[in-house]
Amino acid sequence: MNPSPRIFHRKKINDTPGWEFILPSLILVSLIGVPVLALIWRSVNLEFFNNALSNSAINALSLSILTSTVSVILSLLTGTPLAYIQAHWKFRGKALLDLLVDLPVVLPPSVAGIALLMAFGRQGLIGTWFDSIGISLPFTTLAVVMAQVFVSAPFLVRSARIGFTAIDPQLEEAAKVEGASNWHIFQHIMLPLASRALLTGIILTWTRALGEFGATLLFAGNLEGKTQTMPLAIYVGFEQGLGIALVLSVVLLAVSLGLLAVLRRLEVQGQH
Amino acid sequence: MNDISRLILVSFLFILTVSACSIPGAGSPTNSGGGEASTSVLRSGVDTDAGRRDTLTIYAAASLTEAFSDLGMKFEATNPGVKVEFSFAGSQVLRTQLEQGAKADIFASADHVNMDWLVSEDLIEVDSYQDFVTNHLVAILPPENPGGVQGLGDLARPGLMVVLADKSVPAGNYARQVLANLSDDTALGADYAAEVLRNVVSYETDVRQVVTKVELGEADAGIVYASDAVAAIGLITLDIPDKYNVTAQYPIAILASSHNPELARAFIEYVTSPEGIAIMSRWGFSPEQKP
Repeated sequence: MNPSPRIFHRKKINDTPGWEFILPSLILVSLIGVPVLALIWRSVNLEFFNNALSNSAINALSLSILTSTVSVILSLLTGTPLAYIQAHWKFRGKALLDLLVDLPVVLPPSVAGIALLMAFGRQGLIGTWFDSIGISLPFTTLAVVMAQVFVSAPFLVRSARIGFTAIDPQLEEAAKVEGASNWHIFQHIMLPLASRALLTGIILTWTRALGEFGATLLFAGNLEGKTQTMPLAIYVGFEQGLGIALVLSVVLLAVSLGLLAVLRRLEVQGQH
Repeated sequence: MNDISRLILVSFLFILTVSACSIPGAGSPTNSGGGEASTSVLRSGVDTDAGRRDTLTIYAAASLTEAFSDLGMKFEATNPGVKVEFSFAGSQVLRTQLEQGAKADIFASADHVNMDWLVSEDLIEVDSYQDFVTNHLVAILPPENPGGVQGLGDLARPGLMVVLADKSVPAGNYARQVLANLSDDTALGADYAAEVLRNVVSYETDVRQVVTKVELGEADAGIVYASDAVAAIGLITLDIPDKYNVTAQYPIAILASSHNPELARAFIEYVTSPEGIAIMSRWGFSPEQKP
């Protein structure tokens, strides 16, 4: 994600930050840290594995893994070419296209859900047409994937676009002189050189897809095993037994932490 | 590629989106309790001399949204200087919030379970606990009736898309009871409940979400409170015979942590007065049968 190639390397500093720095930082760190610790603290008990192995938990977990994986693959297949176009060619309406693709990043998920309903609902702009040929999208697993791609694919596109833009144009010109086609250049030069940016995009997209809640609830509804992903199961389970909600929260926490750690590693490597 | 100008553009767009959402009614066409709650917060924000006013905070079941908003406005009109604020959501959500220390004066629940839970935790003024209205269930269909539903029996027809509230929501619980009761009807058959449940495409997290999905025509049918059918204009309503229906009793009570129990008592008296009951009836509720 970071386009800045300049990093100032500091020498090891011997003095310590004063209280005027530490105190405010401590407040923020505890605001984030205490709830995370409390979540783990409350969930680790004898019932943890009972809850973890309950049908609802397993259904939600496997559905989340399935839908988020499909979402990432779809985002990759459609988002990479789009990012390449954005990074490489100038055309009319390009600024508008850039804006449109970035929009879901700042859009509240509930707005995304309503927008999806208005477009692909049974009485939606395109949905009526689908309905007339017997396809109904809302309340299906496909609707979950559509909601996830809508909100998460822009992360991949942004990341990939930055990756493609950072590649030295002279490489491409040299390849063109040698007679390479656009596809060859993309496949053998651009993709390998942008691979780190793509990987960053994949991780960001994956975490966002895993956490998708608002758009899914509105567009895909809530049915165990079909559209009830982990965040939905946590929300619904929250009111019944806290057990399943806690277990799923811890699982999501662990997965997010793991993906974040990989992301940090990529960033650190990128700086050397 | 200029990153700064892009950042400015994106932030501008973000502000635009946020401000568009905070205009009442512009952000979301849904009927959910959350939207209503935020409008009442907005109203209090406009209030200039809020400090000098008595504020009454009421946590009420999502199904009470229109009726209580109506009552609240009339209560404010007859009690100058009093400001009534509502938080509408599923009773189970409100109960959880109150357990976690949310500050309010009155809790009105759509069932006894959530109220009794709070009683057992000493969060309720027990003397004030009373049932004030009842509600029953109806089946609703979109205005265009895309599923061609003619009667309750059609809800069991394979392939029909039915939406119910989740079983953690009072309305969802009642809907399951009604379906089980209807299975006793020989015309519908003993498998009726199972067949309808097989048609369920989504268990929504509050009863208003069920109404919204049916209003939008995304589902062919839903089961909600009679009061919801009154609040949503244009829906087709199928009555459920009394013999198989459930009577949902709505309890109301003052919270132990209330800052203004006197005012809270006055509001409950107003709700249970003939005028209050008349307003509730207009919104589809039935008066509580006094023994």
